[in-house]
Amino acid sequence: MPSLGADMDEGTVLEWLVAPGDVVHKGDVVAVVDTSKAAVEVECFDSGTIERLIVPVGETVPVGTPLAVIGDGRLRAGPAPEPVAEPAPVPELPRPPKVLASPPVRTYAKQAGVDLASVHGTGRGGAITRADVARALPPPHGEPEPPPAVKVSPYARRLARERHVDPATLPGPVVHARDVPATARGPVPEQPERDRGGGMREAIASLMSRSTKEIPHYYLSTTIDLHTALEWLREHNRGVSVHRRVVPAALLLKATAVAAAEVPALNGHWIEGCFHPSGTVRLGVAVSLRGGGLLVPSLEDPGASALDELMRTLTGVVTRARSGRLRSSELEPATLTVTNLGDLGVESVQGVIYPPQVALVGFGAISKRPWAVGDLLGVRPLVTATLAADHRANDGATGARFLGTLDRLLQRPEELR
Amino acid sequence: MTAEPFTPDRARDAVRTALLGIVPDAELDDVRPDENLRQALELDSMDFLAFVRRLADATGKEIDEDDYPRLETLDSCVGFLTTGN
Repeated sequence: MPSLGADMDEGTVLEWLVAPGDVVHKGDVVAVVDTSKAAVEVECFDSGTIERLIVPVGETVPVGTPLAVIGDGRLRAGPAPEPVAEPAPVPELPRPPKVLASPPVRTYAKQAGVDLASVHGTGRGGAITRADVARALPPPHGEPEPPPAVKVSPYARRLARERHVDPATLPGPVVHARDVPATARGPVPEQPERDRGGGMREAIASLMSRSTKEIPHYYLSTTIDLHTALEWLREHNRGVSVHRRVVPAALLLKATAVAAAEVPALNGHWIEGCFHPSGTVRLGVAVSLRGGGLLVPSLEDPGASALDELMRTLTGVVTRARSGRLRSSELEPATLTVTNLGDLGVESVQGVIYPPQVALVGFGAISKRPWAVGDLLGVRPLVTATLAADHRANDGATGARFLGTLDRLLQRPEELR
Repeated sequence: MTAEPFTPDRARDAVRTALLGIVPDAELDDVRPDENLRQALELDSMDFLAFVRRLADATGKEIDEDDYPRLETLDSCVGFLTTGN
C-alpha cells in the first residue's frame, strides 16, 4: 500500500486491474485504492509477472503492506507461458498514430476478442485502459446486456455515501445527484465511514491551519501583458484540430516551471528549520472540484516537456482529479504549487502556501484592460500574477526576481514551445 | 467533414450531451437559454475546451477558436450548429 500523501495511514483496495499471470511494467496502473480523500490509481513500481494478489478487494490495510507479489514469471507452476507474441500488426489509424495500451490491457483485449484499434483510449496520452476495452465489449449474444459501468458524478457519490446508498444500485448509465434518493436508509455501517467530502475538508483544514500558523507569508504581485503570448497561442491553435489546442493556462504553468528552475530558492521544501532546494521542479496544480474541495496533483517537470505534451498531461490530470481517479505518481509531493483561480473569473489570488513548500504562485483572470504601450494607451490582455512566499526561506527580492522572470518568459512564448 | 446543418432539436441534444459529459450532474433545465454557459456551469478553460472537443466530435462540425464567442449560451450554440459551414 503506497503512501499517497503525507497524511495517509491506510488505504482500501477498491479494484484490481490485473490478475495473477498478467505481465506488468513499471508505470502500469494495477489497482485502485481508496484514501480518505480520493480513489487513486496505483501504478506499478516494478516490471514482471503478477504471481499473487495478497490484499483482496474491500480490505483496508496500513501503508507499507504488500499488496501483491510480482515475480519474473518463471516461478509459476503449470505449462510454460506461451512465447510472447509479436505485437499484433495494428491497422494504421488516421488519427492517433499508434495504439497505446499496456501489456495486461493487450492481453485482456485479446482474450475478450476486442480489436484495440477500434477502442478509444481515455488513459494517459490516449492510452487504452482496461475499462476502455470493457466498454468496447460486444454484448454477449442471447444474454441480457451487462449493466454498463455506472458513471456516478462526484457530487452524487458524496450524497450517496452520506445517505448510505450504493451508487451501483441506482439507475445508470450516469447517476446524477438528483437520482440519489433523499431518504434512503441502507444498512448503516457499524463504523460510520468518514465521507470523502469530510475527509478532504479535514485534510485541507489541517494543512492550511498549519500553513498560516507556521509560515510567515509575504505577498507580491505583478501585472503581465499577455498580448504576445496569446497572439502566439492563437497562431498555434489556428487550423489545428480541437484535440491539439493549447489553453493559456498550460502556457502559464510551463512558464512557472521554467521560472522556478531559474530561481531555485522558491523551489523546494522547508524541513526542520532549513530550506532544502529541490533538484527538479515538480509543479502542484490546484484543481477545484465541483461540489467543493480541491485536489493538488503534481506534474513532473513541466518545464522540460513540450507544450503540446504538457497540455495532454494537464488535460488527463484535471480530468482524473475531477472524476476522483488520480494516479499514484500524480500525488508525489510537489516542490511548488500553482493556483489558477483566474479561470473562474477572479482578478487575483493571494494564496496560502502548502507546507513544506515555500511558495505558491497564483494567476488571476486574463482580461483586457488599459495598458501603456510605449507612450500610448492600449488595450491589452493582462494577467495578475501573484506570489505568496515563506519569509523564513527567502526574501522579497527573491520573489521579485521570480515574478520578473515569469514576465520575461511570457514575452517570448516561442521559447516555451 | 462537411456537416449538413442540424435541426434545432438535434443541435440542442448535441449541446446538452456534450455539457453533461463535462458536468455530469448539471441541471441543464435550470440554465436559461441566454445564460452564459461558462458562468452558469462554472466551466474553466479546460472544461470549455473539453466541451468544444465533444461538440466537434459529436457533430463533425469544425469549430475554430474564432467561433468560441458563438458558443456562449445554449441558444447561440444551437444557432451556430444549425448554420451551415
